[in-house]
Amino acid sequence: MTGGYGGEDILHSCNIEVNEKEIVVIVGPNGAGKSTAMKAMLGMIDLKSGDIILEGNDISNLSPQKRVAAGIAFVPQSMNIFSELTVEENLEMGGFLRDGNIQKTIDEIYELFPAMKEKRKQLAGELSGGQRQQVAVSRALMTQPKVLMLDEPTAGVSPIVMDEIFDRIIQIKETGVAVVIVEQNARQALKIADFGHVLVNGENRFYGKGNELLTDPEVRKSFLGG
Amino acid sequence: MDNFELINALVLISNFVLIPALSYGSQLALATLSLTIIYGVLRFSNFAQADWMSFGTMTTILFTWYLQSLGITGGFLPTALIALPFAIIVTALFCLLIDRSVYSFYRKKKSPPIVLMIVSVGVMFILQAIVRFVIGPNDRKFFDGEKFIVHALDFKDYFGLSEGLTIKSTQLITLIVAIIAMVSLFYFLQRTKMGKSMRAYSNNEDLALLSGINPERVVLITWVIASALITTAGVLYGLDKSFKPFTYFNLLLPMFAAAIVGGIGSPIGAVIGGYVIAFSEITLTYAYKKFFIYLLPESLEPSGLMQILSTDYKFAISFIILVIVLIVRPTGIVRGKII
Repeated sequence: MTGGYGGEDILHSCNIEVNEKEIVVIVGPNGAGKSTAMKAMLGMIDLKSGDIILEGNDISNLSPQKRVAAGIAFVPQSMNIFSELTVEENLEMGGFLRDGNIQKTIDEIYELFPAMKEKRKQLAGELSGGQRQQVAVSRALMTQPKVLMLDEPTAGVSPIVMDEIFDRIIQIKETGVAVVIVEQNARQALKIADFGHVLVNGENRFYGKGNELLTDPEVRKSFLGG
Repeated sequence: MDNFELINALVLISNFVLIPALSYGSQLALATLSLTIIYGVLRFSNFAQADWMSFGTMTTILFTWYLQSLGITGGFLPTALIALPFAIIVTALFCLLIDRSVYSFYRKKKSPPIVLMIVSVGVMFILQAIVRFVIGPNDRKFFDGEKFIVHALDFKDYFGLSEGLTIKSTQLITLIVAIIAMVSLFYFLQRTKMGKSMRAYSNNEDLALLSGINPERVVLITWVIASALITTAGVLYGLDKSFKPFTYFNLLLPMFAAAIVGGIGSPIGAVIGGYVIAFSEITLTYAYKKFFIYLLPESLEPSGLMQILSTDYKFAISFIILVIVLIVRPTGIVRGKII
């Protein structure tokens, strides 16, 4: 993928791949193009070259909404819930594109996040940071995506909540979803990752299994603080 | 002071303050709901609102005349009520035409709300011209059917009071229609998938797109609902008083005041705001002289009109309330968006 926001290119032949039942974490310094890579996959920016392939189909020319229908779900970093809607309504909106019965999916999500069931009649905006993040992920899961993309899911939450969120992400992966995470908390994120990408200046600098990257001396030196 | 005097005083207040304020408040609430929904979903202050109301009412009057020429009337109900659904369809279609030709261009460019607001001023002039061209600037009454439900003279005779209570049929119709419209609107917004998606879009546009909500469809439904509300409000107001484009234009200030007092973007706020403005306007401009004559002993009877403000200043009241709310509580009674 090569492209950017119109000015200078931010991504330079960057390549990211994820398979089902896998977690891929994208880490890298500020301004490396982590979020941009994710936006490119979602179709929120135009690529100069490169393709986005989902299950063998080229979806590069589809609008973001069409890509959502095709099976990509995205949880933005901020403003990722409908704060003036109840938790349950957030889930219903997540399942907006699906016809027929979404109640089964809602029940499955309540099983995954028991706290959501308890608060289902409450406005999402009144919940704590960690719970909001759960609402955001739940809403994205309502489309029954093949690929779930999370932009810094642990930004601004406490370490305990962070561990819980990562635990849930592993559970989500187990259900057969491919997960892509952009993360600042590189160390923790790489621990749960099957594969990790280190992006620098919009290029793939390092690539490998999550735990290998964690122990790689060069990666440690440059990004994980020794 | 005996009990009769107290009852007379209460009847007087009901007749001249409570009932008129209740019906004017209902009309204003419907108009404000329309304004606030446009603001909440399309994110701009629609200055064409009052002339849009004129347009809707004008369409209803034309349909009413046509129905009357065919010999169809509503019997004891005003014929305009039969014409109303047709007029809503025409007004909504006209609105969608304006949206396609004017607003959608700026929406696609993602213009800031201030640009859309100024565009709406342009639309306002166009609507004003159309209304004056088609039906003219004159005062028109289009009410037919039974005029009174309770007549002042009958009321006096029946209860042996010196004050009469009048309930005009338009007042009762206003109240019933307004309640039906509000209940169905709130049901739509809270319970249906389309209504929820409208609220979701209003709350967080980007996330609505990510959830696959089609923005064009939300915009279309918004225009249709807002058209229905504003046309209904205009027709009820016109039946109760009369239709005159300039009077309708003057309702723009109370509408905005009501929306901001209630909390702009919030439907419940719009209803509360509508009644607050209507009751303030009427209670502050009513001359209480007779009321005090009933209540006070003869020696304390007032000689003046006991009127806080002349009725000429009724628009000043909306304006003052608007300014006070913006200074003291800019979010409005129900926490809405800050302009």
